[in-house]
Amino acid sequence: MAATDITGSDKRTDGTPARTLVLIGHGMVGQRFLEELAARGVTEDTRVVVLCEEPRPAYDRVQLTSYFSGTSPEELSMVEGDFLARHGIELHLDDPAVAVDREARTVTSRQGRVIRYDTLVLATGSYPFVPPVPGKDSPGCFVYRTIEDLKAIEDWAGRATTGVVVGGGLLGLEAAGALNKMGLTTHIVEFQPRLMAIQVDEGGGSALRRTIESMGLLVHTGVGGQEISTAEDGTVRRIHLSDGSSIDTDMVIFSAGVRPRDQLARECGLAVGERGGIMVDEQCRTSDPDVFAIGECAKTVDGMVYGLVAPGYDMAAVAADAIAAAGTTGAGATFTGADTSTKLKLLGVDVASFGDAHGTAEDCLDVVYSDSRAGVYKKLVMAKDGTLLGGVLVGDAESYGLLRPLTGSVPPVAPEQLVLPAGLSPAPALGPAALPDEAVICNCHNVTKGAIRAAVTDHQCTSVPEVKTCTKAGSGCGSCVKVLGQLVNAELEAQGITVDKGLCGCFGHTRQELYEIILALRLNTFEQVLDGHGRQEARGGDGCEICKPAVASIFASLAPAIGADGYVLDDAQAALQDTNDHFLANMQRNGSYSVVPRIPGGEITPEKLIVIGEVARDFGLYTKITGGQRIDLFGARVDQLPQIWARLVEAGFESGHAYGKALRTVKSCVGSTWCRYGVQDSVRMAIDLELRYRGLRSPHKLKSAVSGCARECAEAQGKDFGVIATASGWNLYVCGNGGATPRHADLLAQDLSDAELIRLIDRFLMFYIRTADRLERTSVWLERLEGGLDHLKDVVVHDSLGICEELEALMAAHVANYRDEWAETINDPEKLGRFVSFVNAPGTPDPTVRFVPERDQMKPDLTILSGPEIPVRTLEGSSR
Amino acid sequence: MTTATQLAAQSAAPQSRNDDPAAAPEGGVVQVEYADGGWVTVCRRSDLLPGRGVAVLLPEGRQAAVFLTRAGEIHVIGNRDPFTGAYVLSRGLLGSAGGAPFVASPLLKQRFSLTDGRCLDDPEQSVPVHPCRVV
Repeated sequence: MAATDITGSDKRTDGTPARTLVLIGHGMVGQRFLEELAARGVTEDTRVVVLCEEPRPAYDRVQLTSYFSGTSPEELSMVEGDFLARHGIELHLDDPAVAVDREARTVTSRQGRVIRYDTLVLATGSYPFVPPVPGKDSPGCFVYRTIEDLKAIEDWAGRATTGVVVGGGLLGLEAAGALNKMGLTTHIVEFQPRLMAIQVDEGGGSALRRTIESMGLLVHTGVGGQEISTAEDGTVRRIHLSDGSSIDTDMVIFSAGVRPRDQLARECGLAVGERGGIMVDEQCRTSDPDVFAIGECAKTVDGMVYGLVAPGYDMAAVAADAIAAAGTTGAGATFTGADTSTKLKLLGVDVASFGDAHGTAEDCLDVVYSDSRAGVYKKLVMAKDGTLLGGVLVGDAESYGLLRPLTGSVPPVAPEQLVLPAGLSPAPALGPAALPDEAVICNCHNVTKGAIRAAVTDHQCTSVPEVKTCTKAGSGCGSCVKVLGQLVNAELEAQGITVDKGLCGCFGHTRQELYEIILALRLNTFEQVLDGHGRQEARGGDGCEICKPAVASIFASLAPAIGADGYVLDDAQAALQDTNDHFLANMQRNGSYSVVPRIPGGEITPEKLIVIGEVARDFGLYTKITGGQRIDLFGARVDQLPQIWARLVEAGFESGHAYGKALRTVKSCVGSTWCRYGVQDSVRMAIDLELRYRGLRSPHKLKSAVSGCARECAEAQGKDFGVIATASGWNLYVCGNGGATPRHADLLAQDLSDAELIRLIDRFLMFYIRTADRLERTSVWLERLEGGLDHLKDVVVHDSLGICEELEALMAAHVANYRDEWAETINDPEKLGRFVSFVNAPGTPDPTVRFVPERDQMKPDLTILSGPEIPVRTLEGSSR
Repeated sequence: MTTATQLAAQSAAPQSRNDDPAAAPEGGVVQVEYADGGWVTVCRRSDLLPGRGVAVLLPEGRQAAVFLTRAGEIHVIGNRDPFTGAYVLSRGLLGSAGGAPFVASPLLKQRFSLTDGRCLDDPEQSVPVHPCRVV
């Protein structure tokens, strides 16, 4: 190893050597520390060197499990853009510190770097604790801490059928959930008598256990792992438990807690706690005043080692403060302890604990609400004088955002009202208005109610996103967003600011409200809607480019139910359509159109392929295969569209609605018919779905796919609704998206029969059409939908609003009413009359639509469009 | 349909100018002024659909977009979208804001006033406005 002595720096131009700060560890807390340093200007005159053991910069370990649902390591990164370069921070990946010499003030790294420091900061985090069980190092045993760990687990799980997770805490349950989702029979082994023993009490633990068991996970509490026996090849075969039983398994994940990584500190003689943790003072200084320790490796003045990120962030700020203030006398921030309240969603179950969750205070009393049927358990710990001390919430943690800030005060209503479900409570539920200004609403960023109100009153924020940017509230774990929204709205209202949610300048109603009005009153002309329900000043007018297509889309979605013609070029509706819908084709940049015939499921006969090829050749069109398994024909003039479609309709093609906010395609893999892995006929299902929902107008385009097995070759999880075959049926995923804001779809229901699948999609689509905003894709809609995925499930799976019958009836009417728009148009001479370049010269093609060669095909000639005006020379007989 | 030949023939017979487009008779033809008080017939009024436009060819190969509003007013502007250079404004959506009619380009959606040709979204851009009448 080549030792490099890096002592100098060129940061200063006046010749004085800059100070050097070395940070060991680039995890979440390390990165936050760098940001805090930069915010205080320390990086401007101090050389900052970071040693990181992992092969990638800091990432969001809290969201680690989302790696299994498709979040990429890059998406998990905590380092924004060019942050490090901008502040001149040197980051060495894959190069952990191996020794600290406090006398020489140097750090030595594994790759042989020797770096002299003026200030040293340890943010080494913690390591997973693996109980000393014989066989714990066999292939097939894993820990759950880094992206590399998860990659190894994912790799192994692909060949496994059973997995055991040792440890029933937060990470253990996440790991178990991930294995379960990958299709493994999953066991959880917990030494304590209940799951999540640190956070929840016995009642909460059993509510959690019931819900988790109902998902098919196998829970073993009060037992520990004793030995792991292996197969002949040395890999994990079986785990033996302390009660004498054993579980046959292909893999074991240890998730039995973490321990502070303090070895480096021990070796260089820094004071460490009896049970680990680098001792620090209120400013996060270790026993050496030039060495700091922050995050999970530090043992703070209250004797705690915090394993949560929020206290780590606080320590990062405190240490940065102390370092920035070095040499000055100003008193910086201090760290004396932290709130360990948590709210989590584990395997879809809300779990929260706050304050004195276990009721350790003297003479405290419990108020408990428990409904095992619904899997809900809530407990509040109260002092004798009525002060709220803490609590545990399992299955329904809705009130966490309110209860945590109330902790330490006497709530303004009786405690039983705080735990009873809404509706059962004799008095109206407590709102955020009841909170004092000092109440901390965002625990991650320590933002009080007063600061949020000030953002509205003093900083003129008028929306939740603006308040988020201004105060950072709600940009951490997100658990306070709902309360934040209520506070912001209440404050805006108090300021007399009304937020105009209207669709456009013509309508004060939202799209959703217009939908309800149109359906309830059976309105089917734009004039009825605008003159009866538009803003006063817009009534009698022409509407605008926003509301006309939006209303046209609602008419089309509801056509049979409101007595409208489902044909979008019908007289009353033709004027409302966006230009693409008006010409049933997609306008491209030079005013020419592209044509996309429907190819259901991507399945097409050679004869039909030949027809498409012949049409493209005869009309000189540019052809390209689309991402949705069909063929796009570009470069048609408006007057060519009817002739092109006459040929396509004759060959049996229908409109592909590529021009509409409507169902586009249902993509499929080849499925069980041909593929050796396929478990269902995905092509048939894709065709059935595409034919069922073709022509369905919606707030935005709809894309779908069907995969014939879990390999997911059709990429169904990136679609508005995606279907993945299972051995016993179909899994339905919803609200996925590709494009600029990718979102993995959420599982709505599992192992559905054909009929169940179609019924659920019917409901889902109609509920989306009913409630989404204009041009709001399903992915954005779900994020906005109050109650999110749970609410969506309640509505479309459990029919909690009692509207499913109506949704199904609307879809049935759409299916029965479908007609091919292009077949209808080419049979209507009056409509065809609109497909001309010039109404006063129908035979004259638009001379500005011209093409030049490109890679054996053609492309638009844009040079012809650059001049101020193009004279037409082909107009025969014209004279002045 | 009006042919290009008819178009030229009709333009030779100038009529009195109609300054109130809203009073357009239902059965007439639409004429556009193209140069020095010369008028050219471009289409029948019945060729127009309220709330939409059509493209017409003017003598010398210029293109215009003719719109009919819900109130029965006819407006004619140049057909070229200055943002993209494409001759597409006739295929845009018509709307009104504060009682004044506009068309939104079908390509990048900028709005142009039908009465003075100003772009409502970019004061730097405008399109020509042609006087018109129905006879």
